[in-house]
Amino acid sequence: MEEATTGGEGRGLTTHTVELVVAVLVFALGLTVLIGSWKLGSKWTSDGPGPGYFPFYISLIMCISGAGIFVQALRKHPEGTFADRQQLKQVLIVLLPAALYVLAVQIVGVYIASAVYIALFMTLLGKYSPVKSGIAAVVIMAIFFLLFEVWFKVPLYKGAFNLLGFTGY
Amino acid sequence: MDELSALFHGFSVVLTPLNIGLMLVGIVLGVLIGVLPGLGGANGVAILLPLTFSMSPTSAIIMLSCIYWGALFGGAITSILFNIPGEPWSVATTFDGYPMAQQGQAGRALTAAFTSSFVGAFIAVVMITFLAPLVAKFALKFGPPEFFAVYLLTFCSFVGMGKGSPFKILASMCIGFALAAVGMDTVTGQLRLTFGIPDLMRGFDFLIAVIGLFGIGEILLSMEEGLAFSGKSAKLDPKVVFQTWKELPRYWVTSLRSAAVGIWMGITPGGATPASFMSYGLAKKMSRDGAKFGTGQIEGVVAPETAAHAAGTSALLPMLALGIPGSPTAAVLLGGLLIWGLQPGPLLFVEQKDFVWGLIASMYLGNIAGLLVVLTTVPLFAAILRVPFSIIAPVIIVICVIGAYTVHNAMLDVWFMMAFGVIGYVFKKLDYPLAPLVLALVLGDKAEDSFRQAMLVSQGDLGIMFANPLVGTITTLALLLLLWPLLARGWARIRKPKRVEFAQEQPVD
Repeated sequence: MEEATTGGEGRGLTTHTVELVVAVLVFALGLTVLIGSWKLGSKWTSDGPGPGYFPFYISLIMCISGAGIFVQALRKHPEGTFADRQQLKQVLIVLLPAALYVLAVQIVGVYIASAVYIALFMTLLGKYSPVKSGIAAVVIMAIFFLLFEVWFKVPLYKGAFNLLGFTGY
Repeated sequence: MDELSALFHGFSVVLTPLNIGLMLVGIVLGVLIGVLPGLGGANGVAILLPLTFSMSPTSAIIMLSCIYWGALFGGAITSILFNIPGEPWSVATTFDGYPMAQQGQAGRALTAAFTSSFVGAFIAVVMITFLAPLVAKFALKFGPPEFFAVYLLTFCSFVGMGKGSPFKILASMCIGFALAAVGMDTVTGQLRLTFGIPDLMRGFDFLIAVIGLFGIGEILLSMEEGLAFSGKSAKLDPKVVFQTWKELPRYWVTSLRSAAVGIWMGITPGGATPASFMSYGLAKKMSRDGAKFGTGQIEGVVAPETAAHAAGTSALLPMLALGIPGSPTAAVLLGGLLIWGLQPGPLLFVEQKDFVWGLIASMYLGNIAGLLVVLTTVPLFAAILRVPFSIIAPVIIVICVIGAYTVHNAMLDVWFMMAFGVIGYVFKKLDYPLAPLVLALVLGDKAEDSFRQAMLVSQGDLGIMFANPLVGTITTLALLLLLWPLLARGWARIRKPKRVEFAQEQPVD
């Protein structure tokens, strides 16, 4: 996304730019559903309305809404900053590790990935000692293990290697 | 007065030490289920159903329905304390409940939510007790056009009552409908909008969207301000409870109106979710403090909670009387009845009096037990708020990931949930209302099915939406609500030539 070029504290993404980008994305999503519904059969068939009948009209409204938001944003040119650099940095500090955490879940499973994630979050961002963080992480995941696996019989994802296979769950 | 004597017989069936014990266990389990995002009432009841196979049908239904009441109560806890609705019907509770918690009034908000839930359920149970035969007879008249008209009314009320840009409300709603359309078409069995991805065959579950939009989205918003956010004081001592109880009778009109909306939406299977949104919208429109809604108004907690519990309770009426479940959890309970060899329907009232009236009596007692249990355990949940945010934040993200995973045991859902988190963050900052998206995702399939069935009946003639006074009235009301922004603008121009700037006003949520 384009960045505002105005200097100082307000440097970051402008609300106007993000409004326009999101409006285009809404329109694009509407168009995708519109084409998909058209291919499915958006007209009246011998058996009644086709499978794409309802989504077709929904996507049409979505396209109109996207265009409407775009025109509204162009006409009114909303001022202000969507998020300044500091705010964007803070958001990315959480979002990127969270994405890495989900990736780790896929490989080593919920329990190990979550324990490591909680411990690292507490140590690096919360400035807790690694020992305290590690203990807290293990205790929290042990509670989750008891709650989901033992009491509610809801198996959680153990990953490709199932490092917790020795527990019998 | 036959109902009263039958009800007292019901109490005599329920009031055994075993049943009271099961009631308390059910409530505690239900609250736990309601608190955990992704483990909803329906899932919870389904998971625990096998536990009841060894019990008598009456004891089993008492425990399972108490899990349901507990889940209804529990949903409010995370909504108010963390802005994560444990259940879709708790979404509207977050609008004012969470700001109240942020202002250090978590105890007040929780007491209001629990008490309103109890009031809503109590009014609904009284209605079930005395008006069951009449209501059941009325609900029998509903066909696909009437059902679609009710859905239309719910969706139009968002556009009509929302004060943000109508385009943004419509865009949000249509995204929800489009997501609901993904997967297997229930009528033709054809795959829709899956784009060749096998995992999309099962479609998008609303829980994935809700957990991402509200859970992750809120964490990202909170993180903008850094880790400075820590739990606000959330003490709940008896003084706070009694003070809130003293304050609540002031909102008796809101409570009664919300209970009426809830009962209506519970019986006609609109369900607890649209009921909570509708009553929140109505309260916002009709309250003297309507403009302040969304900033932490106690009335904004009373309205959705009363309606959700009234709807959740009254959803059991058509299940018992007609065999039509009014909510997903009622559908799971219906499955339980069939497993125990009971045939839901009008004959149940004749052949299984002990069972039916035992269940109705347990509704009264279960809700009293529920209120006592949640009020006494609130300090436990409120204590969570005193834990620093750098511990709470990763734990909430982990709960969100677990919640998203457990819905379908699919890792792709977890990625979708993360994507919804980013969408939630951006949408909240741009004033796109999230509630219509979630509601359209929840009710999209049902609304589409009703529409297609109605169109099949009329062979494509939209005139069926005005075919009788009942459907005609609901449809007209829906259209009036949809056009309300235009009508209001026209009226304002006639009275006073002043331009209404939609974008400068606050959105509905």
